[in-house]
Amino acid sequence: MKRDIVDLEPAKEQTTPLAPVTEDPRYIGKSVPRGGIERLTQGLGQYIDDLELPRMAHAVYWRSPVAHARIVKVDAGRARGMPGVLLVADGHDVAKLCKPWVAVLGHLAGMKSAPQYALAMDRACWQGEPVVAVVAETRAQAEDALAHLEVELEELPAVIDIETALDAATPLIHPALGDNLCFTRSLDVGGVDEAFARADVVAETTFEFGRHTGVTLEPRCQIAHWSPAERRLTVHHSQQAPHMMQDLYARQFSLPASAVRVICKDVGGSFGIKVHAYPDDFATVAMSMMLGRPVKFVADRLESFTSDIHARHHRVKARIAAMTSGEILGFEIDDLTGIGPYSVFPRTSAIEGNQVVNLVGGPYKHKAYRARLNVVFQNKTPTCQYRAVGHPIACAVTEGLVDLAAQKLGMDALEIRRRNVIPDDAYPATGASGIKLEVLSHEACLERLREFMNYEALRAEQAALRQQGVYRGIGIAALIELTNPSAAFYGVGGARIASQDGATARLDPEGHVTVLVSVGEQGQGAEGVYAQVAADAVGVDIGQVRIVTGDTDVTPYGGGTWASRGAGIGGEAVLLACQALRENIVAVAAVILKRGREGLAVRRGNVVDTTGGEVVLPLHELGRIAYFRSDTLPADFTPELAVTRHYAQRDYPFIFTNGVQASYVEVDPDTGFVRLLKHWAVEDCGRVLNPMLVDEQMRGAIVQGIGGAMYEECLYDERGLMLNGSLVDYLVPMAHEMPDIAVTHVQTPTASSRLGAKGAGEAGTAGAPAAVMNAINDALAPFDAHVHSQPITPQKVLRALGKVD
Amino acid sequence: MADLYPIRLTVNGESHQCHVSPRTTLAEFLREVLGLKGTHLGCEHGVCGACTVELNGRTVRGCLTLAVQADGAQVQTIEGLSRRGVIQDLQDAFVQHNALQCGFCTSGMLVTAKELVEQRPDASRAEVREWISGNYCRCTGYHAIVDAIVEVLAQRKARAVLPMEEI
Repeated sequence: MKRDIVDLEPAKEQTTPLAPVTEDPRYIGKSVPRGGIERLTQGLGQYIDDLELPRMAHAVYWRSPVAHARIVKVDAGRARGMPGVLLVADGHDVAKLCKPWVAVLGHLAGMKSAPQYALAMDRACWQGEPVVAVVAETRAQAEDALAHLEVELEELPAVIDIETALDAATPLIHPALGDNLCFTRSLDVGGVDEAFARADVVAETTFEFGRHTGVTLEPRCQIAHWSPAERRLTVHHSQQAPHMMQDLYARQFSLPASAVRVICKDVGGSFGIKVHAYPDDFATVAMSMMLGRPVKFVADRLESFTSDIHARHHRVKARIAAMTSGEILGFEIDDLTGIGPYSVFPRTSAIEGNQVVNLVGGPYKHKAYRARLNVVFQNKTPTCQYRAVGHPIACAVTEGLVDLAAQKLGMDALEIRRRNVIPDDAYPATGASGIKLEVLSHEACLERLREFMNYEALRAEQAALRQQGVYRGIGIAALIELTNPSAAFYGVGGARIASQDGATARLDPEGHVTVLVSVGEQGQGAEGVYAQVAADAVGVDIGQVRIVTGDTDVTPYGGGTWASRGAGIGGEAVLLACQALRENIVAVAAVILKRGREGLAVRRGNVVDTTGGEVVLPLHELGRIAYFRSDTLPADFTPELAVTRHYAQRDYPFIFTNGVQASYVEVDPDTGFVRLLKHWAVEDCGRVLNPMLVDEQMRGAIVQGIGGAMYEECLYDERGLMLNGSLVDYLVPMAHEMPDIAVTHVQTPTASSRLGAKGAGEAGTAGAPAAVMNAINDALAPFDAHVHSQPITPQKVLRALGKVD
Repeated sequence: MADLYPIRLTVNGESHQCHVSPRTTLAEFLREVLGLKGTHLGCEHGVCGACTVELNGRTVRGCLTLAVQADGAQVQTIEGLSRRGVIQDLQDAFVQHNALQCGFCTSGMLVTAKELVEQRPDASRAEVREWISGNYCRCTGYHAIVDAIVEVLAQRKARAVLPMEEI
């Protein structure tokens, strides 16, 4: 029996030639390995837990062991007497220093949440909510003391099930809010009832998505250091948005932002988990203020599971209307999602559902669309934005429905998509939900995928194997992905989260270039890409470029890493700064050489005459004169060899990317086990700055998407207690069960920037769950069985096959 | 506070005599007593593999091994393996393939990969995937890590075969 995987990829990579961004392109668009990561291969990174400061103390948190409880009494007497203990503090102690917050956004009309404190005040609202802080000389001593803390709780009824959260009989988590509804939205663009009435086929189903979380391998961690003498706070933080945290620490502790410095260097995985402000972030700062000493907090894995944000728990009832021709007329969805007891600060927990409403049907040209969204409170760990925010849900709902319609029509999965995607020559366009799409390439991507995965041969193999009792499936998922956001995402809603970023480029005396950038590095390769852009834009070797990020005292102000904006926004700021620096270098050279600027350029570390290309002034000589021999320059001329430029994308609310993924799986109908054989991704992130890094972003993101689709779920019992808060019980993808992932690129640059780069960090996660789900359902098609509940466990497969209850 | 126990061990070729608490793990000892921060703690319950080190030539979980169990032992960490140059080819391949992103899993992954390339020189791609399944990586999706290790296996095999052919 032939069981090999068809593996026929086209030999030639079909790259679309793009006009170069710079005069002498050497690095942009090339697979340049990231500089400076050798130290990470030698164990010489410096993650937060690797840092030790003089007199540093260690904080641990007593967290609520139940989902909902009144805090009757905290008796810290015995804990305070334990060896090494420096401080025990509760919510009331911390509230004297740190103000509570309410996480809502002005542009999400009617959204509500309740005031949240750094440590629970009189009531704990989820298992894992921090209640009491214990600080000691060592972490072990603090953990020992924790066991001697006596906290008396009166357990309260908990809201667990999202389906009944809004029932009159369900208790209110925050009585002052009047109900358990955080946010609701209805969108009806018209024509929906007519579309469903005249459709040849209507397919409908209910999609379920399991609550899961990011599992950064390095847990959340920080060192807060309040200096009483300077009245200044320094926080070393494993975080994605240093300026956002600077602003939040300043406001919650009533300090000027200038009195707060946030430093984010090596970050051991982030994925959106580390872009939020957590209660224990503020509590750890308060501990440092009370003690006047540096205080370190490093979450352990159980704490991570119950206090890192969760995401993606949605129940979506959905239907699609289509004609015999394959034409899709419309979609309708009803999305219900539960977000825990509080909306998370400062991005809020309504964005994910809001994105689902905006994104369902995204690739297609149908006109009718109706969506309803309810975001409800519950007594579980708060949820918020995790990699690809809302996209995996919207894509799985859309693409699951498209496959159901195709199945009813007897139409091929690629063909129905080809007939319905918004054509490549139709842009700019507006999607049915109202989203503005600058320029996309669905048709080109579908065609590329057909060749890339050798679609027809794979279908033939699938059919042949099915005759032999082998059930393989092919799943396709077209997607759009929101990147390069404007201020429309957060700023307009009142959140002080910058949509702009900045870069300062400096020519140093030896002719090297230092660039300070407000977007930092968490492993995705931002610094590597910035070095490529800087080297090409100034005209130096990449080895002569140094990138500095992650320090609010040092870099320009900016938003940091989120919404796939590092390359597109941060990269553009670097390009603009470095091109301006290059102009200034030429101006200095003209003065030194006593000639006009015309005919001068910077290439490969030298000022050259463009006529013949000969070197007229090496940059190290220019630097020497500019910095050390200003006496030789004209009195009315000052070299400006450091330049700052900022960039905000303001042409569209978001710059959407697109792509298409395919999954090939084998389902064992006797055990329900699914083997992932291969995964393909065609992606279009505009100009590809570094193909290798984009490939690796795609692959990593795809595997995170597969995790949610196949394995990962935060399981709770009926009392709201998490059942699988360890890496033994919570399954994340391992190497041997993951497929090889082939990636190729179509490049459709955005015209909103000189660089033309769109984001690439999240599209993999957006499309993978849909592709895998569709592949499994394709394999199950001979049994007329479907699974639309993620994670798709063997049990759910067997249930779909009617083999278990 | 429990009594401290004396231990004597060799870490990266340097001998150490210390007194440790019986509950101190090997990973904590390496990080906090010796300042070898390259051994990372991701879960502290033996699943993620970030704390993988060599104990008497075999990989162990630094978080599940007690420091007192390492009494009399030879320990190699990522720092020592790096300085000795014995995994330079793996490190180079990881950089060339971008087989690391955040780098937090990388120390443990490389220690595991060293054991693989030494003990299973003929490992297939599927066997590489299986061998490194005890080391979680949340960033890469594993593909590039597998590519890097497969490349080193081929390089080492070519180097080993070459002299024979010359004979």
